Amino acid sequence: MNRIFHKVMLAPEVAWLEVEAPRIARRWKPGQFVIIRPTDDSERIPLTIVDGDAARGTILLVVQGVGRTSRLTISREPGEAFTDLVGPLGEPATIGVFGRVVCVGGGVGVAELLPVAAALRRVGNHVTAVCGARSRSQIILDAELHAAADEVCWSTDDGSAGFHGTVVDLLRSREAEFRRAGMIHVIGPIPMMRAAAELTRAWGVRTFASLNPIMVDGTGMCGGCRVTVGGKVRFACVEGPEFDAHQVDFEELARRNSAYREQERLAMQNHECRIGLVLTRQG
Amino acid sequence: MPQTGPKRTPKAPRQELPLRDPQSRTQGCGEVSLGFTLKQAQMEARRCLDCKDPKCIEACPLHIDIKSFIARMIEGDFEGALERISEQNPFPGVCGRVCQCELYCEKACLLGRKLKPVAVGALERFAADYASQCGNGLHAEPNGRKVALVGSGPASLIAAYDLVRKGYQVTIFEALHELGGVLAYGIPPFRLPREILRQEIDRLRAMGVEFCNNFIVGKTASLDELFEEGYSAVFVGTGAGLPHLMKIPGENLIGVYTANEFLTRLNLMRAYDFPHSGTPVRVGKRTLVVGGGNSAMDAARWARRLGSETTILFRRGRAELRARLEEIDRAEEEGVHFEFLAAPVRLLGDETGAVREMECIRMRLGEPDETGRPSPIPIPGSEYRVPVDTVVAAIGQSPNPTLQRATPQLITNRGKIVIDDRGQTSLPRVFAGGDVVRGGSTVILAMRDGRAAAEAIDRALQEGR
Repeated sequence: MNRIFHKVMLAPEVAWLEVEAPRIARRWKPGQFVIIRPTDDSERIPLTIVDGDAARGTILLVVQGVGRTSRLTISREPGEAFTDLVGPLGEPATIGVFGRVVCVGGGVGVAELLPVAAALRRVGNHVTAVCGARSRSQIILDAELHAAADEVCWSTDDGSAGFHGTVVDLLRSREAEFRRAGMIHVIGPIPMMRAAAELTRAWGVRTFASLNPIMVDGTGMCGGCRVTVGGKVRFACVEGPEFDAHQVDFEELARRNSAYREQERLAMQNHECRIGLVLTRQG
Repeated sequence: MPQTGPKRTPKAPRQELPLRDPQSRTQGCGEVSLGFTLKQAQMEARRCLDCKDPKCIEACPLHIDIKSFIARMIEGDFEGALERISEQNPFPGVCGRVCQCELYCEKACLLGRKLKPVAVGALERFAADYASQCGNGLHAEPNGRKVALVGSGPASLIAAYDLVRKGYQVTIFEALHELGGVLAYGIPPFRLPREILRQEIDRLRAMGVEFCNNFIVGKTASLDELFEEGYSAVFVGTGAGLPHLMKIPGENLIGVYTANEFLTRLNLMRAYDFPHSGTPVRVGKRTLVVGGGNSAMDAARWARRLGSETTILFRRGRAELRARLEEIDRAEEEGVHFEFLAAPVRLLGDETGAVREMECIRMRLGEPDETGRPSPIPIPGSEYRVPVDTVVAAIGQSPNPTLQRATPQLITNRGKIVIDDRGQTSLPRVFAGGDVVRGGSTVILAMRDGRAAAEAIDRALQEGR
């Protein structure tokens, strides 16, 4: 169970993982996620399902190593297995006929655009994927995005490829076309989703954001993932993760996601100290 | 048969459970109640009156043969005692610790009319801890039919035991990565050590019950798919996992938890062991726990163990606390303060979004409400503020809605699955029990429901319904 079949490093800290999960592969829908515990002592972390192959009985996950648990996740090798894997969780993304659709992704979020963009295109929309990376070396899944969407454009923060600027700057630069879109789907870091939502609100284009709050069980039991949407408290794990981006209180979400930053930082420091010690001893 | 063996001594004082001293308790998460010594267990057993018409058995929700198991203990036959208990209940280690026996067997005990009742719960626990955990010879011939139980909490566990003994092939599906439901995520290890829970679940495994964790019925597979996969009946025991919120301003500040999240982080994810375990929890200098039930006591006792000055804020008075008396005592021994007749109005945070203050309002008690308890009435103008770093809202929960949402044809009432007098839901061959039917209730009542459901499933399948 939960065996890793393949692993490809897409960028220095970004892994593409094909994982055994036959039941999830049969039932998943774009926008849904799984929760994994990579090892016995790990916390539970949510990961968006990027693709699923019912015949092979596998799902695809794209993971960026940012914290302790995600780094552990990408350090696992083919043949090894995650201790736990459960899903598919959450409600599927909104897929409908809107005419023109823009899918906006930042960082590793572009991986999560893939299934949504493909599904939106499949029902007849014209889909543009607007993707952002820090620099050329961080661009991932370009070929897959081209296969999923009608058009793909990139921005890089340092201008090393595509548009020079943030992904929201790129979105703004094509205002004349994009404000005629029937729907915009956004996924990525919170400041980016927030800026995109502010822009598209001004345009008056319906926008959905796929949120990434801290979760524990992912089944609606703990309420740790609560977000304020339109002044109401919603549980992202069971009612989301996708919500009307113009109604989301992103500031609160950003604050809540920082709740354990200090503890995690100290833990990480400790961890690295210990690794350092071991290396010194071996050296 | 002439009575032989040790004499009965009903007038002897009831044995007191030895407890770990309160100071050392808060240094770790070892079990607080140490259980009877052998001598104590023998002395306590001899207090039993050996009634001709034992009321305790009738009062026990699982109808454990209390009289016989105590008789075995008097003879020194602890394995025999455990076997007698196991005829009705394979989880004496769990129930001997968490069952509210003061409301059932011990309340019915004849001795209790004049003296203190026999300490049945503590004796049950002793039998479980002392006698080796024998498998049991109660295997039945397989009848070739499969039953799926959804959720691995107390209701499903007992249903599995009863069904497997009737020859059914039983699979328990659990959403989380660990088994036990509320026994794993809700009850702290200092009340129920995890190895006890694991051992008693392993008894079921040894009897052939299959466990499937990381499986959410309604998500990983639908109810219909379970039937397609050959299950003849399904029992839904998914518990009351949806936490109630306080619905006050500031509830989403950092450091404000539902009891479910706080307890799950600690009990299930072992946040007390962070960073060795991967899941953190924020417990600051001062903790306020809102509520008066067992979850409130559990959360407060955890906060004490993490070194926080801890107060339980309850909108009614001491007499209206819903927690077990012994849990309230334990909390007080461990230094938990109580603030009665007060309720939170709003929470105030700092510039980082962390909670710093709670504004409360004083209450007075009015006429009884629909629960029969005096209703709390706010006293206008009595607002006051207290500094706080961690807030836990332990104010109740509703049934977990996952399976119901995925199964709209299942009739519910305010989220609770509706069942008929045979325990059957609005869907054929789908049964339900425990907190998903009752809302927030107790372990032992969930077990009673699980037992009734097993009986109903067996009857329905025999009759070919």
